[in-house]
Amino acid sequence: MARALRDAGMEVIYTGLFQTPEMIARAAVDEDVDVIGLSILSGAHRALFPKIFSELAAAGLSDVLVVAGGTIPNADVEELKALGVAEVFGPGTPLDSAVRFIREHAPQRGDE
Amino acid sequence: MTATATDKLIERFRNGERPALARLLTYVENERPAGLRAMAELYRDTGNAYVVGITGPPGAGKSTLTNAVIREYRRRDKTVGVLAIDPSSSLTGGATLGDRIRMLENYEDEGVYIRSMATRGEMGGLSMAVGAVTHLLDAYGFDIIVVETVGVGQDEVDVAELADTTLLLQVPGLGDSIQTIKAGVLEIADILVVNKADIKGAENVVRDLRNMLRLGEHGPWLPPIVRTVAVNGDNIEALLDTIDKHRAHLESSGEGQARRERRARREVLRLAQNWLAGQLEEVIREPAMEPMLEKLRQRDINPFEVAAEVARRTSVRVQSRG
Repeated sequence: MARALRDAGMEVIYTGLFQTPEMIARAAVDEDVDVIGLSILSGAHRALFPKIFSELAAAGLSDVLVVAGGTIPNADVEELKALGVAEVFGPGTPLDSAVRFIREHAPQRGDE
Repeated sequence: MTATATDKLIERFRNGERPALARLLTYVENERPAGLRAMAELYRDTGNAYVVGITGPPGAGKSTLTNAVIREYRRRDKTVGVLAIDPSSSLTGGATLGDRIRMLENYEDEGVYIRSMATRGEMGGLSMAVGAVTHLLDAYGFDIIVVETVGVGQDEVDVAELADTTLLLQVPGLGDSIQTIKAGVLEIADILVVNKADIKGAENVVRDLRNMLRLGEHGPWLPPIVRTVAVNGDNIEALLDTIDKHRAHLESSGEGQARRERRARREVLRLAQNWLAGQLEEVIREPAMEPMLEKLRQRDINPFEVAAEVARRTSVRVQSRG
């Protein structure tokens, strides 16, 4: 995924595995990112996403696009979207459709 | 962004709000008007940070060493801003910035700020914005700024231009060490670090470096060789003491002042060249150039003549704009 985004001309910061919500928010603030992509394979997404969003809110990050991937059952997708996840890319999502979604929905900051 | 929104951001920056620092760095990196405005406001607050450059071949343990250096500076109550630079893809402009520094250590400490940056392919060297980014980190008040970059291409030479003290990392086991240091690279080092000094071959690397130093030219400062095992933090205290020694040498010899002046001139030159390059490209694309370019394609005229005409037109264009 990181490679597909890079090949689409984006700058991708890969922070490695097993990050805590605090560390994710901290890295997102310091790097001033436009998009956060979270891959969760542990099944803990229903517990993790509320924490991540509250950390992001506490850090004052309101205009960041958050997308998710990994092993997230279809039944949980609506719940995550209600929290603020813009899109969930389930297993088998073509890379280019994920890239296209991110390109189309990333916050535009062209006018500063 | 309106002037007032930028001013508000600059005010928040002055209050030490990290998100304001992060956002202004983005504007500076992307050469936005708000970034230029921030530089105009904040440049006068710079000149207090000490810049340490860390470079070396892939696999030398730069990120691990950077972490160890951050830890030791924090132990000495210094705040640290880190700029980790990775190459951009020359094909797509994209980049994968492996966030190795954060992967290795969980920083919750407000005294450490880490920022990743892509080279964005500025003629094989560092992004034009790197200098500006270090100015903002300086203005924010970090005591130490660490600029870490992989030693490929022109980057390590550029890092040395930015840094007060440049560390060049070498490790045993990357093949013949003499071959791994390209011509002109040893000269940029103020301190040579032989990392992974606990593994076989480390003493050979030290010996080779010593021989190379003996053959090469150097001023009154002979770059010391410091052995470290960054992963254990071994000898990092000695490394920081050596950096302090180099800093004292720069101040007492006047070389520090001379370097700062060279650096400022080079930065101005690069920025001016960058601006001029943009003007030249626009002139080449003007329809009025097309007949000449066609003659060039037919080989009725040579590139030197076309270049002279481009320079002449650019000069007229720049002057007419005042």
